[in-house]
Amino acid sequence: MSGTGIGARVLRKEDFRFITGKGQFTDDVNRYGQAHAVFLRSPHAHAEILGIKLDAARAMPGVIDIFTGDDLAADKIGGLICGWMIHSKDGTPMKAGAHPALAQGKVRYVGDHVAVIIAETQAQARDAMERIVVDYKVLKPGVSMADAVKSGAPVLHEVAPDNTVYNWALGDEAATQAAFAKAAHVTKLDLVNNRLVPNPMEPRAAVGDWDSGQDAFTLYTTSQNPHVARLVLSAFIGIAPEHKLRVIAPDVGGGFGSKIFIYAEETVCVWAAKKIGRPVKWVADRTEAFLSDAHGRDHVTHAEMALDASGKILGLRVKTQANLGAYLSTFSSSVPTYLYAPLLSGQYDIPAIYVEVDGLYTNTAPVDAYRGAGRPEATFVIERMVEVAAREVKQDPAEFRRRNFVRQFPHQTPVIMCYDAGDYDAALTKALEMSDYKNIGARKAESAKKGLLRGIGFSAYIEACGIAPSAAVGSLGAGVGLWESAEVRVNPVGTVEILTGSHSHGQGHETTFAQLVSERLGISIDNVSIVHGDTDKVQMGMGTYGSRSGAVGMSAISKALDKIEAKAKKVAGFVLEASPDDIEFKDGKFSVRGTDKEIDFASVALQAYIAHKFNGQELEPGLKESAFWDPTNFTFPAGVHICELEIDPATGVTRIDRWTAVDDFGNVINPMIVEGQVHGGIAQGVGQALLEGAVYDSSGQLVTASYMDYSMPRAGDLPSYDVGMTQTACPSNPLGIKGCGEAGAIAAPPAVMNAITDAIGHEGIAMPATPLALWRAIQKTAPRAAAE
Amino acid sequence: MASVTLNVNGKSVTRGVDARTLLVEFLREHMRLTGTHVGCDTTQCGCCTVHVNGEAMKSCTLLAVAVDGATITTIEGLAKGQDLHPMQAAFREHHGLQCGFCTPGMIMSAVDMVRRKGTDLDDKTIREELEGNICRCTGYHNIVKAIHYGAEAMGKTGTAAE
Amino acid sequence: MYPFNYHRPGSLADAVKLAGADEAKIMAGGMTLLPTMKQRLAAPSDIVDLNGLGLSGITVAAGKVTIGAMTRHADVAGSAELKKAIPALAELAGMIGDPMVRHRGTIGGSVANDDPAADYPSACLALGATIVTNMREIAADDFFVGLFETALQPGEIITKIIFPVPEKANYQKFRNPASRYAIVGVFVAKFAAGVRVAVTGAGSGGVFRQTDFEVALGKDFSAKAIEGIAQSADCLNSDIHADAAYRAHLIGVMARRAVDAAK
Repeated sequence: MSGTGIGARVLRKEDFRFITGKGQFTDDVNRYGQAHAVFLRSPHAHAEILGIKLDAARAMPGVIDIFTGDDLAADKIGGLICGWMIHSKDGTPMKAGAHPALAQGKVRYVGDHVAVIIAETQAQARDAMERIVVDYKVLKPGVSMADAVKSGAPVLHEVAPDNTVYNWALGDEAATQAAFAKAAHVTKLDLVNNRLVPNPMEPRAAVGDWDSGQDAFTLYTTSQNPHVARLVLSAFIGIAPEHKLRVIAPDVGGGFGSKIFIYAEETVCVWAAKKIGRPVKWVADRTEAFLSDAHGRDHVTHAEMALDASGKILGLRVKTQANLGAYLSTFSSSVPTYLYAPLLSGQYDIPAIYVEVDGLYTNTAPVDAYRGAGRPEATFVIERMVEVAAREVKQDPAEFRRRNFVRQFPHQTPVIMCYDAGDYDAALTKALEMSDYKNIGARKAESAKKGLLRGIGFSAYIEACGIAPSAAVGSLGAGVGLWESAEVRVNPVGTVEILTGSHSHGQGHETTFAQLVSERLGISIDNVSIVHGDTDKVQMGMGTYGSRSGAVGMSAISKALDKIEAKAKKVAGFVLEASPDDIEFKDGKFSVRGTDKEIDFASVALQAYIAHKFNGQELEPGLKESAFWDPTNFTFPAGVHICELEIDPATGVTRIDRWTAVDDFGNVINPMIVEGQVHGGIAQGVGQALLEGAVYDSSGQLVTASYMDYSMPRAGDLPSYDVGMTQTACPSNPLGIKGCGEAGAIAAPPAVMNAITDAIGHEGIAMPATPLALWRAIQKTAPRAAAE
Repeated sequence: MASVTLNVNGKSVTRGVDARTLLVEFLREHMRLTGTHVGCDTTQCGCCTVHVNGEAMKSCTLLAVAVDGATITTIEGLAKGQDLHPMQAAFREHHGLQCGFCTPGMIMSAVDMVRRKGTDLDDKTIREELEGNICRCTGYHNIVKAIHYGAEAMGKTGTAAE
Repeated sequence: MYPFNYHRPGSLADAVKLAGADEAKIMAGGMTLLPTMKQRLAAPSDIVDLNGLGLSGITVAAGKVTIGAMTRHADVAGSAELKKAIPALAELAGMIGDPMVRHRGTIGGSVANDDPAADYPSACLALGATIVTNMREIAADDFFVGLFETALQPGEIITKIIFPVPEKANYQKFRNPASRYAIVGVFVAKFAAGVRVAVTGAGSGGVFRQTDFEVALGKDFSAKAIEGIAQSADCLNSDIHADAAYRAHLIGVMARRAVDAAK
């Protein structure tokens, strides 16, 4: 079965429905009798709500009902939660302000939810929305982090009078100070990791439904993790107990983290379905997505790196302010702490690291995980630092990295992580070859002849994926375990259904998961279906994020397949009249060792169900097993990306000329799909570096609230990518998989910025390096080469 | 209410609609052709691209009444039964899609691109001509590849001339 | 969108009559009007759709190009006669929006809307076009009044635009990376009588002529001739993508590139 097994470039099983327009996204779901919801959103960044007048709106045609925060409170519907407890360095727990799904007394960002209007049509709901009169007492907003921490700054939540969620730290401060004390050289850099809007092409949507006969709810929604949504909606928000709440995430049009979270709109739709006794549908328009999807990144960092005289890194000191927005979103607290700081060692053997992170409230949309979540921010810090350090000590940036690489595994960093396997030299060497690094000088000269500035930039990234060992994350404050579940149902005719807690929203699980089954059971992938995204079908699972579906989700399937194989051997033993210990399973056939007696997998399946060859005391009929896989460690994908670009100094326009990526994802199930993940990640990283940035004005209005102002990468903005791989198998899961979903987005931004700063000859440019920013930066200083 | 008659994917349909009904709403809500998607409010993302009298247009920015009498092809009308259009097949063959949300618009744009620019398309042309389609998943690499080979296949199969 | 009455008149006279209604709006391609209405930023009582009037087509004769108001951008971009007569104008049309927008949007709609970042106004102004309406002929120099503001009277409908054929011309566009409208667009046209340079996207009052460049290029039609001439940043737009100083700088760069590329 090598044709469709592990390692094969199998075309995707899910594609047919998408290329023929037959995908079923949440907006394609329509329930009989459904009404339409629209949300009245705050036009102010910070205001008290003194009163809401609904009478005129209620009288509008088609209006079914209108609800506000008071109605949620009256029904004892709880607020939205943040599921990861972070403690400040003084031991105090983080300051989590209340987060009602509809505002209660106060609004804290433009787009905050004030009321929901439910009408026969969306247009009628909008017409009515315009008749609602809200009496706001506008308060001064704290929009930027600098504003939020000023003395006398407006307070967002009473629990956090200084707008500080936590002052968190990691690492050994004294050891780090000692490292700096003996440094021959210290590199210092101020870095901004720009705020991004995730922008999956499918906007969020929800259809809430209530079955009056069974007092049971169904929520169709754009979720990366429907079980987590059900858990939160049930246990914390109090919509209904879990057995009375079904969450279905059908085809989901991209997530990138933004569809992990449990938001106000989904909560309100499912709750309101019972209030009005009809299904309630809401679909975000793009501007709503900009205003209310959780944003990503938004760090301001000062970093210092201590080097000895030979260029060996002795220590790293990092101080970061992280913008968490107006409320703590579902996993927001963990992103700039445990998903960030433990990756600051990069691929390097750094003896001492100390990191401080202040998480801050501002009057902006909540900030949470976005593709990479914390790890791109860490990689940006360390990879910009090593590049600048190499420049300062006049070493080749590639060789400077090589000199500092971790070489022995396992490697315990000073910041929690224990790297289990890798070969960083191999990736660097291959990337240098693929990128023709040795001839960069000639290419720079060619560009210069045309009046263009050519630069090259490296990024030797590492990430911690396969999120995550439950006990480990529990000890760090996570409110949930991060294992994954799987169930393998073999049907009597030998076809197989895999029910997985992972959720595919572009990753191609229907194909890769089937490849695993094909490999293991020796059956065609056409005889395997992957069932996911429905809490009524699939047992509790944790969903897809953090590059975990391969390493964790497939490991659970693998474990369940082990059980299937063991049971099938017993069945085969009865049929072939041999001891199960003498049964071998290979290429889809069970045989008795040393004989020519054999039976194929489908026949064993049938025998398991007809149960004619054994009795119920000897063996339970049927062939169905389930498993939960809890990883023993994170996985550590790593690699080297090299960006080569040209800048037109006359306009500040950048053109990426070459992109080389060499990644070590451990074992690969489907190279075609893995390469696609790398491409997409790079594009998002390049978007961050060159184009994208969420901009709020000083009053807290989101200036970039549509594609007219927020620059989404188009085909013409991007190059083709040269993607290569190295492989060291991951020792912590049965498949040796490390994960690939976030690598590109993590690797790309520092590669671009290192190339740009190489080209312009100084470090005075921040992301996004737009033509305007670059033109200004080029005015400031002559290229480094010319200055030297 | 205004009466609108369209030929959609080879079938004539007449519906009474509110004048403010957009073509995309007509297709999705009145005809349940949900392959045409809406990804933005500003006529930029291209998820809603369909062919109107043979030319690619954004159905989110057309009033249904304004195209009364037109012939519309949506993504659902591209394949002949189970036989994929060469451009659809190329998107599958070259992994030109991930989440699948922008895909119908991409494919409808790509087919139109071949009509306008021919079957021998270089990367630069393809990237320029994708100005009106945004994808967040693929980084475009495989979309560009798929369109290149899809165009070539349209030439070989004679689909381009249709 | 708010509710409205839709009309698709079959004659110009009917269109003019319908457009006279109090809150009526004329719709050509609708590529700007409909997004505005979808966002509820416009609430016309009546939409008068010009798509039933004909008014499209391109003719080249006696040193003039005449383009019907309802001619789509794609047809302007693809016209073989126009590519011969004024290639710069065809190229400009091919840079508007994206292929799908170009299949629907019209030259008349664009010119009548006078978006300060639209492309066509620069061509009209630089080429010294004549905008012909149901009522009169208006010189481009008198037509563009300000932001989204033209000399058109209520009920006045553009029927065609007449462009004199220059000796050579070129349009250079620096796109806004998000909207892809012009941050700066410079149209340079050289006639026997002199050179005209029009700038779109940059001016806080909409499209304008860069007369310093015109004078210098009139004497010496080369990029070098305008190299030392500073464009003032006064009265230029400033936004997150480009401040006034950058726009001023880009006007010079784009103008020089247009001169170099003119044919």
